[in-house]
Amino acid sequence: MIDVSHLSYVIADHQILNDITTQLPRNQITALIGPNGAGKSTLLGAIARQLTPSVGEVRIGGENLTQIDPQVLAKRMAIVAQQLHVGSRIRVADLVGFGRWPHSQGRLSAADNAAISDALKRFDLTALHHRFLDELSGGQRQRAFLAMAYTQDTDWLLLDEPLNNLDLKHARSLMAHLRQMVDHGGKSVVVVLHDLNFTLAWADHVVAMRAGQVVFSGPTTEVATSIALSDLYQTEIEVTSLNDRRFALYHR
Amino acid sequence: MHDISLPAPPAYRGNSPHPLTNRHLWALALALVVACGVFLFWGGGWQSSYILQLRLVKLGGLLCVGASVGVATVLFQTLTNNRILTPAIMGFDALFLLMKTVLVFFSTALSLQFWDNTTVFLGDTAMMIGATMAIFAAVLRRARHDIQLLVLVGVIFGLLFRTITGFLQRLLDPSEFAMLQADMFAQFGGIDRDALTIAATLMGALFIWLAGSHRRLDVLALGRNSAQSLGLRYDRLQLQVLAAIAVLVSVSTALVGPLAFLGLLVSALTHSLMRSHRHGLLLPAAALIACLILVTGQTLFERILNLQSSLAVVIEFCGGLLFLTLLARGKIK
Ligand SMILES: Nc1ncnc2c1ncn2[C@@H]1O[C@H](COP(=O)(O)OP(=O)(O)O)[C@@H](O)[C@H]1O
Ligand SMILES: [Mg+2]
Repeated sequence: MIDVSHLSYVIADHQILNDITTQLPRNQITALIGPNGAGKSTLLGAIARQLTPSVGEVRIGGENLTQIDPQVLAKRMAIVAQQLHVGSRIRVADLVGFGRWPHSQGRLSAADNAAISDALKRFDLTALHHRFLDELSGGQRQRAFLAMAYTQDTDWLLLDEPLNNLDLKHARSLMAHLRQMVDHGGKSVVVVLHDLNFTLAWADHVVAMRAGQVVFSGPTTEVATSIALSDLYQTEIEVTSLNDRRFALYHR
Repeated sequence: MHDISLPAPPAYRGNSPHPLTNRHLWALALALVVACGVFLFWGGGWQSSYILQLRLVKLGGLLCVGASVGVATVLFQTLTNNRILTPAIMGFDALFLLMKTVLVFFSTALSLQFWDNTTVFLGDTAMMIGATMAIFAAVLRRARHDIQLLVLVGVIFGLLFRTITGFLQRLLDPSEFAMLQADMFAQFGGIDRDALTIAATLMGALFIWLAGSHRRLDVLALGRNSAQSLGLRYDRLQLQVLAAIAVLVSVSTALVGPLAFLGLLVSALTHSLMRSHRHGLLLPAAALIACLILVTGQTLFERILNLQSSLAVVIEFCGGLLFLTLLARGKIK
Protein backbone atom coordinates (compact mmCIF):
# COMPACT_ATOMS: atom_id res chain seq x y z
CA MET A 1 0.00 0.00 0.00
CA ILE A 2 1.10 3.55 -0.68
CA ASP A 3 0.16 5.84 2.15
CA VAL A 4 0.05 9.55 1.44
CA SER A 5 -0.38 11.68 4.52
CA HIS A 6 -0.84 15.45 4.82
CA LEU A 7 1.08 16.05 1.64
CA SER A 8 1.40 19.66 0.52
CA TYR A 9 3.43 21.09 -2.31
CA VAL A 10 4.01 24.78 -2.87
CA ILE A 11 5.90 26.48 -5.70
CA ALA A 12 6.26 30.24 -5.74
CA ASP A 13 3.45 30.85 -3.22
CA HIS A 14 1.16 28.68 -5.31
CA GLN A 15 -0.37 25.82 -3.35
CA ILE A 16 -0.45 22.98 -5.86
CA LEU A 17 -1.13 20.12 -3.45
CA ASN A 18 -3.08 20.97 -0.35
CA ASP A 19 -2.95 18.57 2.59
CA ILE A 20 -3.53 15.36 0.65
CA THR A 21 -4.19 12.23 2.66
CA THR A 22 -5.12 9.09 0.79
CA GLN A 23 -4.25 5.45 0.37
CA LEU A 24 -3.48 3.61 -2.83
CA PRO A 25 -4.31 -0.06 -2.35
CA ARG A 26 -1.89 -2.83 -3.26
CA ASN A 27 -2.65 -5.24 -6.04
CA GLN A 28 -5.33 -3.10 -7.65
CA ILE A 29 -5.69 -0.65 -10.50
CA THR A 30 -6.18 2.82 -9.03
CA ALA A 31 -7.46 5.54 -11.33
CA LEU A 32 -6.43 9.09 -10.50
CA ILE A 33 -9.05 11.39 -12.00
CA GLY A 34 -9.97 15.06 -11.94
CA PRO A 35 -10.04 18.17 -14.11
CA ASN A 36 -6.92 19.69 -15.73
CA GLY A 37 -4.66 21.36 -13.24
CA ALA A 38 -6.05 19.37 -10.31
CA GLY A 39 -2.55 18.31 -9.30
CA LYS A 40 -2.64 14.69 -10.48
CA SER A 41 0.74 14.81 -12.18
CA THR A 42 2.23 16.62 -9.23
CA LEU A 43 0.94 13.98 -6.82
CA LEU A 44 2.34 11.22 -9.01
CA GLY A 45 5.68 13.04 -9.16
CA ALA A 46 5.76 13.32 -5.36
CA ILE A 47 5.01 9.61 -5.00
CA ALA A 48 7.80 8.78 -7.46
CA ARG A 49 10.14 11.11 -5.54
CA GLN A 50 10.68 13.33 -8.55
CA LEU A 51 9.83 16.33 -6.41
CA THR A 52 10.13 16.96 -2.71
CA PRO A 53 6.90 17.83 -0.89
CA SER A 54 6.85 20.96 1.25
CA VAL A 55 4.95 19.18 4.03
CA GLY A 56 3.84 15.62 4.64
CA GLU A 57 5.16 12.22 3.72
CA VAL A 58 4.64 9.23 1.49
CA ARG A 59 5.03 5.69 2.79
CA ILE A 60 5.34 2.70 0.56
CA GLY A 61 4.69 -0.63 2.25
CA GLY A 62 5.08 1.19 5.58
CA GLU A 63 8.53 2.56 4.69
CA ASN A 64 9.08 6.29 4.45
CA LEU A 65 9.83 7.16 0.84
CA THR A 66 12.75 9.43 1.75
CA GLN A 67 14.50 6.58 3.59
CA ILE A 68 14.61 4.22 0.62
CA ASP A 69 17.86 3.86 -1.30
CA PRO A 70 17.40 5.11 -4.90
CA GLN A 71 18.53 1.80 -6.38
CA VAL A 72 16.09 -0.14 -4.22
CA LEU A 73 13.26 2.26 -5.03
CA ALA A 74 13.92 1.85 -8.75
CA LYS A 75 13.21 -1.85 -8.38
CA ARG A 76 9.97 -1.17 -6.55
CA MET A 77 8.45 1.68 -8.52
CA ALA A 78 8.43 2.80 -12.14
CA ILE A 79 6.79 5.90 -13.58
CA VAL A 80 5.80 6.98 -17.07
CA ALA A 81 5.46 10.74 -17.00
CA GLN A 82 3.01 12.88 -18.93
CA GLN A 83 5.78 14.72 -20.75
CA LEU A 84 7.85 12.11 -22.50
CA HIS A 85 11.33 13.28 -23.21
CA VAL A 86 14.84 11.95 -22.97
CA GLY A 87 18.03 13.91 -23.45
CA SER A 88 19.82 11.54 -25.79
CA ARG A 89 18.98 10.50 -29.33
CA ILE A 90 18.22 6.88 -28.77
CA ARG A 91 16.63 3.84 -30.39
CA VAL A 92 13.45 2.18 -29.16
CA ALA A 93 15.15 -1.06 -28.10
CA ASP A 94 17.81 0.87 -26.19
CA LEU A 95 15.18 2.92 -24.36
CA VAL A 96 13.29 -0.21 -23.40
CA GLY A 97 16.62 -1.74 -22.36
CA PHE A 98 17.13 1.04 -19.82
CA GLY A 99 14.17 -0.46 -17.95
CA ARG A 100 16.58 -3.25 -16.93
CA TRP A 101 19.11 -0.78 -15.53
CA PRO A 102 18.00 -1.08 -11.87
CA HIS A 103 18.52 -4.84 -12.13
CA SER A 104 21.62 -5.16 -14.27
CA GLN A 105 23.33 -1.73 -14.18
CA GLY A 106 23.68 -1.71 -17.94
CA ARG A 107 25.25 -5.16 -18.35
CA LEU A 108 22.38 -6.95 -20.05
CA SER A 109 22.19 -10.68 -19.48
CA ALA A 110 20.37 -13.14 -21.71
CA ALA A 111 17.41 -12.96 -19.32
CA ASP A 112 17.41 -9.15 -19.59
CA ASN A 113 17.40 -9.36 -23.36
CA ALA A 114 14.53 -11.83 -23.22
CA ALA A 115 12.59 -9.40 -21.01
CA ILE A 116 13.26 -6.57 -23.47
CA SER A 117 12.19 -8.71 -26.38
CA ASP A 118 8.99 -9.65 -24.53
CA ALA A 119 8.18 -6.01 -23.74
CA LEU A 120 8.75 -5.03 -27.38
CA LYS A 121 6.28 -7.71 -28.41
CA ARG A 122 3.71 -6.79 -25.79
CA PHE A 123 3.67 -3.14 -26.77
CA ASP A 124 3.67 -3.89 -30.47
CA LEU A 125 7.11 -2.36 -30.99
CA THR A 126 9.06 -5.25 -32.48
CA ALA A 127 8.92 -3.79 -35.96
CA LEU A 128 10.02 -0.40 -34.63
CA HIS A 129 12.77 -1.52 -32.28
CA HIS A 130 15.57 -0.12 -34.41
CA ARG A 131 13.97 3.32 -34.95
CA PHE A 132 15.10 6.45 -33.19
CA LEU A 133 12.53 7.87 -30.78
CA ASP A 134 12.24 11.11 -32.71
CA GLU A 135 11.20 9.13 -35.79
CA LEU A 136 8.05 7.82 -34.06
CA SER A 137 4.48 9.05 -33.81
CA GLY A 138 3.21 10.28 -30.45
CA GLY A 139 1.41 7.03 -29.71
CA GLN A 140 4.36 4.87 -30.71
CA ARG A 141 6.66 6.90 -28.50
CA GLN A 142 4.20 6.57 -25.64
CA ARG A 143 4.27 2.80 -26.10
CA ALA A 144 8.06 2.80 -26.06
CA PHE A 145 8.08 4.52 -22.68
CA LEU A 146 5.39 2.19 -21.39
CA ALA A 147 7.48 -0.78 -22.52
CA MET A 148 10.48 0.64 -20.69
CA ALA A 149 8.52 0.95 -17.44
CA TYR A 150 7.09 -2.51 -17.99
CA THR A 151 10.60 -3.93 -18.41
CA GLN A 152 11.59 -2.36 -15.11
CA ASP A 153 9.39 -5.04 -13.55
CA THR A 154 8.49 -3.15 -10.38
CA ASP A 155 5.81 -3.78 -7.74
CA TRP A 156 4.34 -0.38 -8.45
CA LEU A 157 3.70 1.18 -11.83
CA LEU A 158 2.66 4.85 -12.04
CA LEU A 159 1.30 6.03 -15.38
CA ASP A 160 0.40 9.62 -16.16
CA GLU A 161 -2.27 9.82 -18.87
CA PRO A 162 -0.91 6.78 -20.75
CA LEU A 163 -3.91 6.67 -23.08
CA ASN A 164 -3.34 10.20 -24.36
CA ASN A 165 -1.95 9.37 -27.76
CA LEU A 166 -3.06 5.78 -28.12
CA ASP A 167 -5.57 4.53 -30.68
CA LEU A 168 -8.52 2.37 -29.58
CA LYS A 169 -6.75 -0.92 -30.07
CA HIS A 170 -3.61 0.02 -28.19
CA ALA A 171 -5.56 1.75 -25.44
CA ARG A 172 -7.61 -1.35 -24.79
CA SER A 173 -4.59 -3.61 -25.04
CA LEU A 174 -2.68 -1.46 -22.53
CA MET A 175 -5.51 -1.61 -20.00
CA ALA A 176 -5.77 -5.37 -20.53
CA HIS A 177 -2.03 -5.70 -19.87
CA LEU A 178 -2.37 -3.68 -16.69
CA ARG A 179 -5.30 -5.84 -15.59
CA GLN A 180 -3.27 -8.98 -16.23
CA MET A 181 -0.23 -7.60 -14.38
CA VAL A 182 -2.42 -6.83 -11.38
CA ASP A 183 -4.44 -10.05 -11.39
CA HIS A 184 -1.70 -12.51 -12.27
CA GLY A 185 1.59 -10.71 -11.69
CA GLY A 186 0.90 -9.32 -8.21
CA LYS A 187 1.59 -5.77 -9.38
CA SER A 188 -0.09 -2.54 -8.32
CA VAL A 189 -0.93 0.20 -10.80
CA VAL A 190 -1.78 3.87 -10.39
CA VAL A 191 -2.96 5.48 -13.58
CA VAL A 192 -4.13 8.99 -14.43
CA LEU A 193 -7.16 8.64 -16.73
CA HIS A 194 -9.27 11.22 -18.48
CA ASP A 195 -11.76 8.92 -20.13
CA LEU A 196 -14.31 8.05 -17.47
CA ASN A 197 -15.40 5.00 -19.43
CA PHE A 198 -11.95 3.50 -19.11
CA THR A 199 -12.03 4.29 -15.41
CA LEU A 200 -15.39 2.58 -14.97
CA ALA A 201 -14.36 -0.39 -17.07
CA TRP A 202 -10.95 -1.13 -15.59
CA ALA A 203 -10.23 0.61 -12.29
CA ASP A 204 -10.77 -1.07 -8.93
CA HIS A 205 -10.20 2.06 -6.94
CA VAL A 206 -10.63 5.75 -7.72
CA VAL A 207 -8.96 8.82 -6.26
CA ALA A 208 -10.62 12.03 -7.46
CA MET A 209 -8.78 15.32 -7.18
CA ARG A 210 -9.62 18.94 -7.75
CA ALA A 211 -7.65 22.09 -6.98
CA GLY A 212 -4.90 20.23 -5.18
CA GLN A 213 -7.21 18.30 -2.88
CA VAL A 214 -8.77 14.85 -2.82
CA VAL A 215 -12.52 15.23 -3.37
CA PHE A 216 -13.41 11.59 -2.94
CA SER A 217 -11.81 8.18 -3.09
CA GLY A 218 -12.82 4.56 -2.74
CA PRO A 219 -13.82 1.47 -4.70
CA THR A 220 -14.92 2.46 -8.20
CA THR A 221 -18.35 0.87 -8.02
CA GLU A 222 -19.15 2.71 -4.78
CA VAL A 223 -17.77 6.19 -5.36
CA ALA A 224 -17.99 6.81 -9.12
CA THR A 225 -21.61 7.91 -9.16
CA SER A 226 -23.40 10.40 -11.38
CA ILE A 227 -23.63 12.96 -8.60
CA ALA A 228 -20.00 12.64 -7.47
CA LEU A 229 -18.57 12.79 -10.99
CA SER A 230 -20.81 15.67 -12.07
CA ASP A 231 -19.67 17.61 -9.05
CA LEU A 232 -16.01 16.74 -9.65
CA TYR A 233 -15.92 17.93 -13.25
CA GLN A 234 -18.56 20.65 -12.78
CA THR A 235 -20.51 19.35 -15.75
CA GLU A 236 -23.39 16.96 -16.11
CA ILE A 237 -22.34 13.30 -16.21
CA GLU A 238 -24.70 10.34 -16.12
CA VAL A 239 -23.49 6.90 -15.08
CA THR A 240 -25.64 4.08 -16.48
CA SER A 241 -25.43 0.33 -16.83
CA LEU A 242 -25.69 -1.74 -19.97
CA ASN A 243 -25.16 -5.50 -20.01
CA ASP A 244 -23.72 -5.28 -16.50
CA ARG A 245 -21.13 -2.75 -17.59
CA ARG A 246 -21.09 0.81 -16.38
CA PHE A 247 -20.79 3.77 -18.72
CA ALA A 248 -20.47 7.49 -18.30
CA LEU A 249 -22.51 9.63 -20.65
CA TYR A 250 -21.28 13.18 -21.01
CA HIS A 251 -20.96 13.63 -24.73
CA ARG A 252 -23.95 15.89 -25.25
CA MET B 1 -2.12 -7.43 -31.83
CA HIS B 2 -1.48 -10.34 -34.17
CA ASP B 3 -4.32 -10.05 -36.64
CA ILE B 4 -2.60 -9.19 -39.91
CA SER B 5 0.31 -11.29 -41.13
CA LEU B 6 2.93 -8.76 -42.14
CA PRO B 7 6.41 -9.82 -43.25
CA ALA B 8 8.33 -10.65 -40.09
CA PRO B 9 10.14 -7.54 -38.79
CA PRO B 10 13.87 -7.80 -38.08
CA ALA B 11 14.18 -9.63 -34.80
CA TYR B 12 15.51 -7.93 -31.72
CA ARG B 13 18.92 -9.47 -31.24
CA GLY B 14 19.92 -8.14 -27.87
CA ASN B 15 21.52 -4.93 -26.74
CA SER B 16 24.87 -3.38 -26.03
CA PRO B 17 27.66 -5.51 -27.45
CA HIS B 18 30.99 -4.76 -25.82
CA PRO B 19 32.74 -1.61 -27.14
CA LEU B 20 35.81 -3.71 -28.01
CA THR B 21 33.77 -5.51 -30.65
CA ASN B 22 33.01 -2.27 -32.48
CA ARG B 23 34.49 -2.09 -35.99
CA HIS B 24 34.53 1.70 -36.14
CA LEU B 25 36.61 1.96 -32.98
CA TRP B 26 39.17 -0.53 -34.29
CA ALA B 27 39.38 1.28 -37.62
CA LEU B 28 39.94 4.59 -35.84
CA ALA B 29 42.58 3.08 -33.56
CA LEU B 30 44.39 1.55 -36.52
CA ALA B 31 44.30 4.83 -38.44
CA LEU B 32 45.68 6.63 -35.41
CA VAL B 33 48.53 4.15 -34.99
CA VAL B 34 49.47 4.64 -38.65
CA ALA B 35 49.23 8.42 -38.33
CA CYS B 36 51.47 8.35 -35.25
CA GLY B 37 54.01 6.19 -37.06
CA VAL B 38 54.11 8.56 -39.99
CA PHE B 39 54.43 11.54 -37.67
CA LEU B 40 57.36 9.98 -35.81
CA PHE B 41 59.40 8.49 -38.63
CA TRP B 42 58.65 10.42 -41.78
CA GLY B 43 61.34 12.96 -42.52
CA GLY B 44 64.34 11.49 -40.72
CA GLY B 45 62.86 10.31 -37.47
CA TRP B 46 64.70 6.99 -37.50
CA GLN B 47 68.11 8.55 -38.13
CA SER B 48 68.37 10.74 -35.10
CA SER B 49 67.23 9.77 -31.65
CA TYR B 50 67.28 13.48 -30.78
CA ILE B 51 64.64 14.29 -33.40
CA LEU B 52 62.70 11.23 -32.39
CA GLN B 53 62.66 12.32 -28.76
CA LEU B 54 61.45 15.79 -29.66
CA ARG B 55 58.74 14.28 -31.80
CA LEU B 56 57.72 11.85 -29.09
CA VAL B 57 57.11 14.69 -26.65
CA LYS B 58 55.17 16.58 -29.28
CA LEU B 59 53.16 13.49 -30.19
CA GLY B 60 52.40 12.88 -26.51
CA GLY B 61 51.14 16.44 -26.29
CA LEU B 62 48.94 16.07 -29.35
CA LEU B 63 47.45 12.81 -28.05
CA CYS B 64 46.79 14.25 -24.58
CA VAL B 65 45.14 17.33 -26.02
CA GLY B 66 43.10 15.35 -28.53
CA ALA B 67 41.87 12.86 -25.97
CA SER B 68 41.00 15.54 -23.44
CA VAL B 69 39.19 17.80 -25.92
CA GLY B 70 37.23 14.88 -27.37
CA VAL B 71 36.22 13.40 -24.05
CA ALA B 72 35.48 16.77 -22.43
CA THR B 73 33.19 17.72 -25.30
CA VAL B 74 31.17 14.51 -25.18
CA LEU B 75 30.87 14.76 -21.39
CA PHE B 76 29.76 18.37 -21.58
CA GLN B 77 27.16 17.61 -24.22
CA THR B 78 25.82 14.77 -22.09
CA LEU B 79 25.58 17.09 -19.13
CA THR B 80 23.76 19.84 -21.03
CA ASN B 81 21.67 17.48 -23.20
CA ASN B 82 22.66 18.98 -26.53
CA ARG B 83 25.08 18.44 -29.35
CA ILE B 84 26.12 21.96 -30.23
CA LEU B 85 27.75 23.36 -27.14
CA THR B 86 31.27 22.54 -26.10
CA PRO B 87 33.25 23.59 -23.03
CA ALA B 88 35.27 25.92 -25.27
CA ILE B 89 32.19 27.62 -26.73
CA MET B 90 30.95 28.10 -23.20
CA GLY B 91 34.16 29.92 -22.29
CA PHE B 92 35.69 27.20 -20.11
CA ASP B 93 39.21 27.63 -21.46
CA ALA B 94 38.95 31.38 -21.09
CA LEU B 95 38.06 30.64 -17.48
CA PHE B 96 41.16 28.49 -17.10
CA LEU B 97 43.35 31.29 -18.44
CA LEU B 98 41.67 33.71 -16.07
CA MET B 99 42.36 31.41 -13.13
CA LYS B 100 45.96 31.09 -14.22
CA THR B 101 46.34 34.84 -14.60
CA VAL B 102 44.80 35.41 -11.19
CA LEU B 103 47.28 32.96 -9.71
CA VAL B 104 50.22 34.70 -11.41
CA PHE B 105 48.82 38.09 -10.41
CA PHE B 106 49.04 37.12 -6.78
CA SER B 107 52.22 35.16 -7.33
CA THR B 108 54.40 37.43 -5.23
CA ALA B 109 51.98 37.19 -2.35
CA LEU B 110 51.80 33.42 -2.80
CA SER B 111 55.57 33.20 -3.46
CA LEU B 112 54.75 31.37 -6.64
CA GLN B 113 58.29 31.52 -7.92
CA PHE B 114 59.22 28.90 -5.33
CA TRP B 115 56.51 26.49 -6.48
CA ASP B 116 57.44 23.78 -8.91
CA ASN B 117 55.57 23.36 -12.16
CA THR B 118 53.49 20.48 -10.86
CA THR B 119 52.18 22.44 -7.89
CA VAL B 120 51.34 25.45 -10.05
CA PHE B 121 49.49 23.27 -12.52
CA LEU B 122 47.57 21.46 -9.80
CA GLY B 123 46.76 24.83 -8.23
CA ASP B 124 45.40 26.10 -11.54
CA THR B 125 43.35 22.95 -12.00
CA ALA B 126 41.92 23.05 -8.49
CA MET B 127 40.85 26.68 -8.96
CA MET B 128 39.37 25.73 -12.30
CA ILE B 129 37.26 22.96 -10.75
CA GLY B 130 35.99 25.34 -8.08
CA ALA B 131 35.13 28.10 -10.55
CA THR B 132 33.40 25.67 -12.93
CA MET B 133 31.20 24.29 -10.15
CA ALA B 134 30.27 27.79 -9.03
CA ILE B 135 29.30 28.85 -12.54
CA PHE B 136 27.38 25.65 -13.16
CA ALA B 137 25.41 25.99 -9.95
CA ALA B 138 24.69 29.65 -10.67
CA VAL B 139 23.79 29.53 -14.35
CA LEU B 140 24.06 26.34 -16.35
CA ARG B 141 21.86 24.21 -14.14
CA ARG B 142 18.95 26.60 -14.62
CA ALA B 143 19.47 27.62 -18.23
CA ARG B 144 20.11 24.08 -19.47
CA HIS B 145 16.84 23.76 -21.36
CA ASP B 146 17.28 26.97 -23.27
CA ILE B 147 20.14 26.47 -25.71
CA GLN B 148 20.00 29.95 -27.16
CA LEU B 149 20.31 31.38 -23.69
CA LEU B 150 23.23 29.04 -23.01
CA VAL B 151 25.07 30.18 -26.14
CA LEU B 152 24.53 33.78 -25.12
CA VAL B 153 25.70 33.12 -21.59
CA GLY B 154 28.77 31.33 -22.96
CA VAL B 155 29.69 34.16 -25.29
CA ILE B 156 29.25 36.75 -22.56
CA PHE B 157 31.21 34.71 -20.04
CA GLY B 158 34.00 34.10 -22.53
CA LEU B 159 34.20 37.81 -23.25
CA LEU B 160 34.08 38.68 -19.58
CA PHE B 161 36.81 36.18 -18.68
CA ARG B 162 39.05 37.36 -21.52
CA THR B 163 38.53 41.01 -20.63
CA ILE B 164 39.37 40.48 -16.99
CA THR B 165 42.34 38.35 -18.00
CA GLY B 166 43.56 41.10 -20.34
CA PHE B 167 43.11 43.72 -17.65
CA LEU B 168 45.02 41.75 -15.06
CA GLN B 169 47.82 41.04 -17.51
CA ARG B 170 48.30 44.73 -18.12
CA LEU B 171 48.99 45.12 -14.43
CA LEU B 172 51.62 42.40 -14.43
CA ASP B 173 55.31 43.10 -14.64
CA PRO B 174 57.14 41.73 -17.70
CA SER B 175 58.64 38.69 -15.99
CA GLU B 176 55.26 37.63 -14.63
CA PHE B 177 53.68 38.24 -18.01
CA ALA B 178 56.21 35.94 -19.61
CA MET B 179 54.88 33.12 -17.41
CA LEU B 180 51.52 33.47 -19.17
CA GLN B 181 52.25 34.51 -22.69
CA ALA B 182 52.84 31.06 -24.10
CA ASP B 183 49.44 29.88 -22.89
CA MET B 184 47.32 32.59 -24.45
CA PHE B 185 47.20 31.23 -28.00
CA ALA B 186 46.91 27.71 -29.30
CA GLN B 187 50.45 26.46 -29.91
CA PHE B 188 51.49 22.95 -30.69
CA GLY B 189 55.16 23.86 -30.83
CA GLY B 190 56.71 24.01 -27.39
CA ILE B 191 55.09 21.37 -25.24
CA ASP B 192 56.63 21.23 -21.82
CA ARG B 193 57.81 17.79 -20.74
CA ASP B 194 56.88 18.23 -17.06
CA ALA B 195 53.43 19.51 -17.94
CA LEU B 196 52.98 16.54 -20.23
CA THR B 197 53.81 14.08 -17.46
CA ILE B 198 51.28 15.62 -15.07
CA ALA B 199 48.67 15.87 -17.79
CA ALA B 200 49.10 12.25 -18.78
CA THR B 201 48.88 11.12 -15.15
CA LEU B 202 45.70 13.11 -14.46
CA MET B 203 44.11 11.89 -17.66
CA GLY B 204 45.08 8.31 -16.98
CA ALA B 205 43.32 8.43 -13.61
CA LEU B 206 40.29 10.06 -15.18
CA PHE B 207 40.04 7.54 -17.99
CA ILE B 208 40.15 4.67 -15.50
CA TRP B 209 37.20 6.27 -13.73
CA LEU B 210 35.37 6.74 -17.04
CA ALA B 211 35.98 3.13 -18.04
CA GLY B 212 34.06 2.11 -14.94
CA SER B 213 31.33 4.74 -15.24
CA HIS B 214 30.44 4.94 -18.90
CA ARG B 215 27.20 3.00 -18.44
CA ARG B 216 26.05 5.40 -15.76
CA LEU B 217 26.75 8.23 -18.18
CA ASP B 218 24.31 6.63 -20.63
CA VAL B 219 21.64 6.91 -17.93
CA LEU B 220 22.69 10.44 -17.00
CA ALA B 221 22.13 11.44 -20.63
CA LEU B 222 18.46 10.47 -20.39
CA GLY B 223 17.88 13.50 -18.22
CA ARG B 224 17.21 14.03 -14.56
CA ASN B 225 13.76 12.52 -14.10
CA SER B 226 14.33 9.38 -16.13
CA ALA B 227 17.77 8.82 -14.63
CA GLN B 228 16.52 9.22 -11.08
CA SER B 229 13.60 6.90 -11.57
CA LEU B 230 16.09 4.28 -12.75
CA GLY B 231 17.89 4.69 -9.45
CA LEU B 232 20.87 6.79 -10.54
CA ARG B 233 22.23 9.32 -8.04
CA TYR B 234 21.94 12.04 -10.63
CA ASP B 235 23.20 15.09 -8.77
CA ARG B 236 26.31 13.37 -7.50
CA LEU B 237 27.28 12.02 -10.90
CA GLN B 238 26.59 15.41 -12.46
CA LEU B 239 29.11 17.08 -10.17
CA GLN B 240 31.68 14.35 -10.78
CA VAL B 241 31.33 14.76 -14.52
CA LEU B 242 31.67 18.51 -14.19
CA ALA B 243 34.88 18.11 -12.21
CA ALA B 244 36.15 15.72 -14.89
CA ILE B 245 35.43 18.30 -17.59
CA ALA B 246 37.23 20.99 -15.60
CA VAL B 247 40.31 18.77 -15.29
CA LEU B 248 40.30 17.92 -19.00
CA VAL B 249 39.92 21.55 -20.08
CA SER B 250 42.73 22.50 -17.72
CA VAL B 251 44.96 19.82 -19.21
CA SER B 252 44.43 20.79 -22.82
CA THR B 253 44.54 24.53 -22.23
CA ALA B 254 47.69 24.27 -20.15
CA LEU B 255 49.40 22.16 -22.81
CA VAL B 256 48.55 24.07 -25.99
CA GLY B 257 46.20 26.95 -25.19
CA PRO B 258 42.58 27.58 -26.08
CA LEU B 259 40.99 25.68 -29.00
CA ALA B 260 37.50 27.03 -29.49
CA PHE B 261 36.04 24.80 -32.18
CA LEU B 262 38.02 21.55 -32.25
CA GLY B 263 35.56 20.00 -29.80
CA LEU B 264 32.57 20.85 -31.94
CA LEU B 265 34.20 19.38 -35.03
CA VAL B 266 35.04 16.21 -33.12
CA SER B 267 31.59 15.74 -31.60
CA ALA B 268 29.86 16.23 -34.97
CA LEU B 269 32.15 13.63 -36.58
CA THR B 270 31.75 11.26 -33.64
CA HIS B 271 27.97 11.30 -33.71
CA SER B 272 27.74 10.88 -37.45
CA LEU B 273 30.17 7.96 -37.36
CA MET B 274 28.96 6.10 -34.27
CA ARG B 275 25.21 6.84 -34.33
CA SER B 276 24.88 5.60 -30.78
CA HIS B 277 24.00 7.01 -27.38
CA ARG B 278 26.45 4.75 -25.56
CA HIS B 279 29.39 6.44 -23.90
CA GLY B 280 31.37 3.22 -24.08
CA LEU B 281 31.51 3.97 -27.82
CA LEU B 282 31.22 7.76 -27.93
CA LEU B 283 34.04 8.58 -25.52
CA PRO B 284 36.78 6.48 -27.14
CA ALA B 285 35.59 7.46 -30.62
CA ALA B 286 35.72 11.17 -29.78
CA ALA B 287 39.17 10.81 -28.25
CA LEU B 288 40.48 8.86 -31.26
CA ILE B 289 38.96 11.23 -33.81
CA ALA B 290 40.39 14.29 -32.07
CA CYS B 291 43.84 12.69 -31.88
CA LEU B 292 43.63 11.68 -35.52
CA ILE B 293 42.77 15.24 -36.61
CA LEU B 294 45.61 16.71 -34.57
CA VAL B 295 48.29 14.18 -35.53
CA THR B 296 47.54 14.09 -39.27
CA GLY B 297 47.02 17.85 -39.31
CA GLN B 298 50.34 18.46 -37.61
CA THR B 299 52.16 16.05 -39.93
CA LEU B 300 50.65 17.79 -42.92
CA PHE B 301 51.49 21.31 -41.81
CA GLU B 302 54.91 20.60 -40.36
CA ARG B 303 56.35 18.23 -42.97
CA ILE B 304 54.54 18.97 -46.20
CA LEU B 305 53.50 22.59 -46.04
CA ASN B 306 56.34 23.61 -43.76
CA LEU B 307 54.01 25.83 -41.78
CA GLN B 308 54.91 25.29 -38.16
CA SER B 309 52.11 27.10 -36.42
CA SER B 310 49.04 27.20 -38.64
CA LEU B 311 47.33 23.94 -37.59
CA ALA B 312 45.36 25.62 -34.83
CA VAL B 313 44.21 28.34 -37.19
CA VAL B 314 42.93 25.85 -39.77
CA ILE B 315 41.16 23.68 -37.20
CA GLU B 316 39.54 26.73 -35.72
CA PHE B 317 38.50 27.88 -39.16
CA CYS B 318 36.86 24.55 -40.07
CA GLY B 319 35.22 24.20 -36.67
CA GLY B 320 34.00 27.78 -36.75
CA LEU B 321 32.55 27.22 -40.20
CA LEU B 322 30.74 24.12 -38.93
CA PHE B 323 29.36 26.06 -35.98
CA LEU B 324 28.01 28.77 -38.29
CA THR B 325 26.52 26.13 -40.60
CA LEU B 326 24.75 24.47 -37.68
CA LEU B 327 23.50 27.87 -36.56
CA ALA B 328 22.23 28.73 -40.03
CA ARG B 329 20.55 25.35 -40.49
CA GLY B 330 18.58 25.99 -37.33
CA LYS B 331 20.19 23.07 -35.50
CA ILE B 332 20.69 25.36 -32.53
CA LYS B 333 17.26 25.74 -31.05
N1 LIG C 1 6.44 24.30 -12.64
C1 LIG C 1 5.28 24.82 -12.27
N2 LIG C 1 5.23 26.10 -11.81
C2 LIG C 1 4.07 26.64 -11.40
N3 LIG C 1 2.91 25.99 -11.41
C3 LIG C 1 2.88 24.74 -11.86
C4 LIG C 1 4.06 24.07 -12.31
N4 LIG C 1 3.73 22.83 -12.69
C5 LIG C 1 2.41 22.72 -12.51
N5 LIG C 1 1.89 23.85 -12.01
C6 LIG C 1 0.49 24.10 -11.65
O1 LIG C 1 0.13 23.12 -10.70
C7 LIG C 1 -1.21 22.72 -10.90
C8 LIG C 1 -1.28 21.22 -10.99
O2 LIG C 1 -0.58 20.77 -12.14
P1 LIG C 1 -0.60 19.24 -12.57
O3 LIG C 1 -0.21 18.42 -11.39
O4 LIG C 1 0.21 19.11 -13.79
O5 LIG C 1 -2.13 19.02 -12.92
P2 LIG C 1 -2.86 17.81 -13.64
O6 LIG C 1 -1.84 16.77 -13.95
O7 LIG C 1 -3.88 17.35 -12.66
O8 LIG C 1 -3.50 18.37 -14.86
C9 LIG C 1 -1.71 23.45 -12.15
O9 LIG C 1 -2.51 24.53 -11.73
C10 LIG C 1 -0.47 23.93 -12.81
O10 LIG C 1 -0.71 25.14 -13.46
MG1 LIG D 1 -1.14 16.05 -15.67
